[in-house]
Amino acid sequence: MRLSGAEITIQCLQEEGVEYVFGYPGGAVLYIYDALFNQDKVKHILVRHEQAAVHAADGYARANGRPGVALVTSGPGVTNAVTGIATAYMDSIPLVIISGQVPVPAIGLDAFQEVDTVGITRPCVKHNFLVKNVADLASTIKKAFYLAASGRPGPVLVDIPKDVSQQIAEFEYPKTLSLRSYNPVTKGHSGQIRKAVQMLMEARRPMIYVGGGAVLGEASDALTHMVRQLGYPCTNTLMGLGAYPGTDPQFLGMLGMHGTYEANLAMQHSDVLLAVGARFDDRVIGNPQHFFTEERRIIHIDIDPSSISKRVRVDVPIVGNISDVLEEMQKLIDASTVQADPVALKAWWTQIGEWRARDCLRYDRANQTVIKPQSVVEKLYEVTRGEAIVTSDVGQHQMWAAQYYKFDKPRRWINSGGLGTMGFGLPAAMGAQLAYPEATVACVTGEASIQMCIQELSTCKQYHLPVKIINLNNRYLGMVRQWQQILHGNRYSESYMDALPDFVKLAESYGHVGMRIDRPADVEPALREAFALKDRVVFMDFQTDQTENVFPMVKAGQGLTEMLLGAEDL
Amino acid sequence: MRHILSLLLENEAGALSRVSGLFSARGYNIESLTVAPTEDPTLSRMTIVTRGSDEIIEQITKQLNKLVDVVKVFDLNEGKHIERELMLVKVRAEGKDREEIKRTADIFRGRIVDVTERTYIIELTGPRDKLDAFLEAIDSTHILETVRTGASGIGRGEWILRV
Ligand SMILES: Cc1ncc(C[n+]2csc(CCOP(=O)(O)OP(=O)(O)O)c2C)c(N)n1
Repeated sequence: MRLSGAEITIQCLQEEGVEYVFGYPGGAVLYIYDALFNQDKVKHILVRHEQAAVHAADGYARANGRPGVALVTSGPGVTNAVTGIATAYMDSIPLVIISGQVPVPAIGLDAFQEVDTVGITRPCVKHNFLVKNVADLASTIKKAFYLAASGRPGPVLVDIPKDVSQQIAEFEYPKTLSLRSYNPVTKGHSGQIRKAVQMLMEARRPMIYVGGGAVLGEASDALTHMVRQLGYPCTNTLMGLGAYPGTDPQFLGMLGMHGTYEANLAMQHSDVLLAVGARFDDRVIGNPQHFFTEERRIIHIDIDPSSISKRVRVDVPIVGNISDVLEEMQKLIDASTVQADPVALKAWWTQIGEWRARDCLRYDRANQTVIKPQSVVEKLYEVTRGEAIVTSDVGQHQMWAAQYYKFDKPRRWINSGGLGTMGFGLPAAMGAQLAYPEATVACVTGEASIQMCIQELSTCKQYHLPVKIINLNNRYLGMVRQWQQILHGNRYSESYMDALPDFVKLAESYGHVGMRIDRPADVEPALREAFALKDRVVFMDFQTDQTENVFPMVKAGQGLTEMLLGAEDL
Repeated sequence: MRHILSLLLENEAGALSRVSGLFSARGYNIESLTVAPTEDPTLSRMTIVTRGSDEIIEQITKQLNKLVDVVKVFDLNEGKHIERELMLVKVRAEGKDREEIKRTADIFRGRIVDVTERTYIIELTGPRDKLDAFLEAIDSTHILETVRTGASGIGRGEWILRV
C-alpha cells in the first residue's frame, strides 16, 4: 500500500490501537491533520493549549495503563508541550508525542516555527527520534510505542518534518522490531530473590515501602496478597497510593515530607526494609545521611537498575519486573518453613500502635465557622464512596487529597509527583474521563493551580467530559505561604492570590455548573448535589480556611523523624 | 578515582549528544571523550575518561546503559587494558634548540612530522602520563600549540567489547 507520511502516521496509530490523540494543529502538522480527517478510528481531542494535550494524554495513560498520545505542531507547539513531557518523564508515564517539524531542507536555517525539538526534549524523554526519511516512519513509530511502554516506561517523541509527512512510501506496519541496544530485564535474579525472602523472614521490625513502580508494573494484587500473608506494615509513597489498599489495617498511610507519623517512624526504625518500585526520593526519605542506619538492611526491587543505590545504598538489589519478582518471592514464602518471629512482630505492631495513637492527621473537625480543607476531601471520599478517580494539582490541596482520600485501588490517584506541575489536574482529569467514560472523576485543585490550565473548561464542554472540580480556595499559594510561614519568618512574599475571578460565573460562561460553598454545613450537600449531576462539569469553589497548614511536615533537608505535627510545633 | 569507560553505541545522529548531555545534566565530570565509527559502520566506539567515587561511577555506568543508543558499556578499570592518546605539539625550534628538541622527541619515541625553518611538529602517542612527561621535559617557552585526542582504551587479550 502506498501512503503519504501523514497517512502512515495515522495508520500506525490505528495499528497500535490508539483510541484518542490529544492535540493542536499548526502548519507543520497540516498533512497529518488532513489524514486524521479522512478516518474515524482514531479520535482527536482538540485541547486549548499544548501543555494540556500532553497532560491529558498522561492522565489517560495513568488511568488505564496504555500509552497516551499527543500531537503538536513545530516550534511553539513543541515548547508548550515540554512541561507536559517533563511531567510524564519524572513519573515514568508511557506517552508517544508526535511533533511536526519544518521541512528537512529548512532544518537548521532558523525557519519559521523551527526549534531543535530533539535537542530541547532530549533531557526529558526516554528517547526521541527525528524522522528524515519517510521509509523509516512506520518502524520508528513502532519503536516509539514499544520504548514508551516497556521496561521503565516514559515519554517518547517522534519529530516529523513537514515534507516527510507529505512524501509517499510503501506502507507495511512492521510486525516485529529489533533493538539490539535495548533489552529491559524482566525476571529478577533468583539468588537475590532467595536472599530477600530469607531476610524478610528474619526481620524483627519489617517495613514495606511501595512506590509508583508498583502501580506502573501492575503489581498491586501480588503485593497486597504477599503483604497480608506476611502481616507486615506497609506504606505507599505519593506515587504509590492505591498500590496497597488505603483502608487496610496494615497500611500506615503515606510516608515522606507530609507522610504520617507512624509511616515515617516505622521507616526509620525498621530493621528490614523492602522497597518496591520506589526510589528513595528526597521528598520521601528526607536527608539520606539522617536516614542511614547500620541497623537496617534494605531490599530494593525495581525495573530500572539506575534507581537502585542512587540515593541510598541497598543490601539486596533485585532488578526486574515487579510483579514477576513478587510472584517468585511469593512462591518461596509459601514454601518457607521459617516464619518471622511472632513475638518480635507483635512488639513491633505494639510500637506502631503507639505511634498511630498520636492521630497525626487530626484537625479541627468540629469547626462550624470556616471550611477546613481536609473536611472537604473527607466528605468527597464519603460521597464518592472511595471509588472516584481523583486527579490533583500541586500544593496543599494535593497533600490533603493524598492524606485524606483513601485509595483502595491503583490508578485512581493521578498527580504530578516528580515534577510537581501546577496545571496538571484538569487536563489529566479529561484524559482519565476519556479512559473511563463511566467513572466518577474529580479534580482536587487550588485557586492558583486551576488557573494554569483553566482554558480546558472549554475542551470539557466540547467533548462532554463531566469532571468535577473541587477547588480548595484559600486565596493563597497555600503551599508557598506555608513554607514562608514556617521557614521564612511569616514574610508572605507574593504568595497571595488577589483579583481572583468569580469561579461560578467563569464556569457558567464555559457552559458548566458553578457552585460557591462558604459554610462547613454546606460542604456535604453541595458535593452530593454536584456528583448527582452525572453528565455535567461542576466547578465547586470551596472557600476554605486561609491559614490551614499541611501536617505532619518534615522540613526539606531534615530527617524523616524530625516532624512538625501541628501548629503547636511551630 | 579516574575511570576509563568504553562504549559501543549506535552510529546515529544525536547519539553523542545523548551521552554528553547525560554527563552535563547529572553533573558528572568528563576528562576526555573520543568517538569514531568501528569496522561495523552501524556502530561507534567511544572512550570516556571520567572521575568519581565508586558510587558515582556505578551510577554513570547504569545511566549510560539506560540510553537507548548505547549498546554496551565497559569500565576498563575492571581489568587489564591499554590506554593510548595521540598528541601533536608544535614547538619553536631554532638554532641549537633544534637538536635538543629532536633528542627529547627521540627519547619519548616521538616523530617529527613537519619541519620548517623555525618550527617542528612532533607526533607522540602513549598513555596520558607519557605525554604529560614529554611536555614537562621540553622548555615550556618553546611550546606553541598542543593538540591531544584524549584517551582511547581497549581491554587486553580475550576481554573483547563487541555486540
Ligand atoms: C508550574 C508551577 N509553578 C510554581 C510551582 C510552585 N508551587 C508549588 S505549590 C504552589 C502554590 C499552589 O497554590 P494553589 O494551587 O492555590 O494550592 P494550595 O497550595 O493553596 O492548596 C506553587 C506556586 C509549581 N509547583 N508549579
